[in-house]
Amino acid sequence: MADPRVEVIDRRLSTIDRIIAVSSGKGGVGKSVVASTLALTLARRGLEVGLLDLDFTCPTTHLILGVEDGMPEEERGLLPPRVQGLEYLSLAYYTKDRPTPLRGGDISNAIVELLSITRWGQLALLVVDMPPGIGDATLDLLRLIPQMEFLVVTTPSHIAFETVRRLLGLLGGLRRRVVGVVENMVMNPSDFVEGEVEAMGFPYLGVIPFDPELEGTLGDVEALMETSFAEAVGRIASALLDEEAEGEGD
Amino acid sequence: MHEWALAEGVVAAVSRIAEEQGLRRVTEVTVRIGELQQVDREILIFAIDQLRTPVMGDARIIVEEAPARLRCRVCSHTWRFDPEGLGEEVSEAIHFVPEVVHAYLRCPGCGSPDFEVVEGRGIWLASVKGLRGDG
Repeated sequence: MADPRVEVIDRRLSTIDRIIAVSSGKGGVGKSVVASTLALTLARRGLEVGLLDLDFTCPTTHLILGVEDGMPEEERGLLPPRVQGLEYLSLAYYTKDRPTPLRGGDISNAIVELLSITRWGQLALLVVDMPPGIGDATLDLLRLIPQMEFLVVTTPSHIAFETVRRLLGLLGGLRRRVVGVVENMVMNPSDFVEGEVEAMGFPYLGVIPFDPELEGTLGDVEALMETSFAEAVGRIASALLDEEAEGEGD
Repeated sequence: MHEWALAEGVVAAVSRIAEEQGLRRVTEVTVRIGELQQVDREILIFAIDQLRTPVMGDARIIVEEAPARLRCRVCSHTWRFDPEGLGEEVSEAIHFVPEVVHAYLRCPGCGSPDFEVVEGRGIWLASVKGLRGDG
């Protein structure tokens, strides 16, 4: 007759001012590292920030943050543990890095379950590391969280951008708020992505140059935040907050 | 307890349905819980009772339990979920998000992780009965 879990999702998210979904058209563009670093950057600017890893079949944010222990507490639901100044939740707490092959219906159920039982604190922003593409998980989140805003990550690759073009087409067609597109892993600057994004009528938030030092810092947050990658993400974070301030002034 | 979060959803769903159906008083609520999630029946009933809204009055709360049956998509073997021997940590993980069962169980017939939960997964509001209008 009715799924009682869906009824409380709005209430569970009502303590959060903005929900930013970090998305991509395909995997391998650095979405999870951008999402994690963005959340850390915003938290270090004094905002209360959460990070939710919804890339269920391949969660990696716990590896980027160097999460080794701790578990969500159970208190009339789940209370996300505090990790590196963030309220943090990932299915990896429960799957322990074991292969977890899930079909679409299972992914939908797990998303509904986590959203309905997680009790976030008062947050200025919740950053969501989304599964890549426009499959079941993305469609579920579009349905369940209409207020979600999208930060789309691509690389300079024409192939990566063609997948982003479809994602942007979906979001634009549904009139969802796209805060902007970020071009990651840039080695040879070109204006291809910027031109295409602007031609589609979406904001282009800038470039994150390829940083050969980044890989060696994953799992060590202090080292990660010293990289030129983090510095570039910092500029994206500023653009995100400026855009919010401009929006408030309208 | 996690049961409280589920109870909150049940009460919110009952209130919405009562309003949509024009029920002035709910007399009976039937909830089905799947064995896979290992929801504590007594705590769930207690939580629904504590959270009940005025429209639910003294409505009878019925909680039915459904056995969890799994079916392999590769070899079609069907079996019943048995939490015995899973260990506390794994049982707790499945309790919170039943889909993580795919990280821990394999088909006893062929070893595949590609199985489906045919029934008995989580929690479902099966029926809401009540009285309509002013009478």
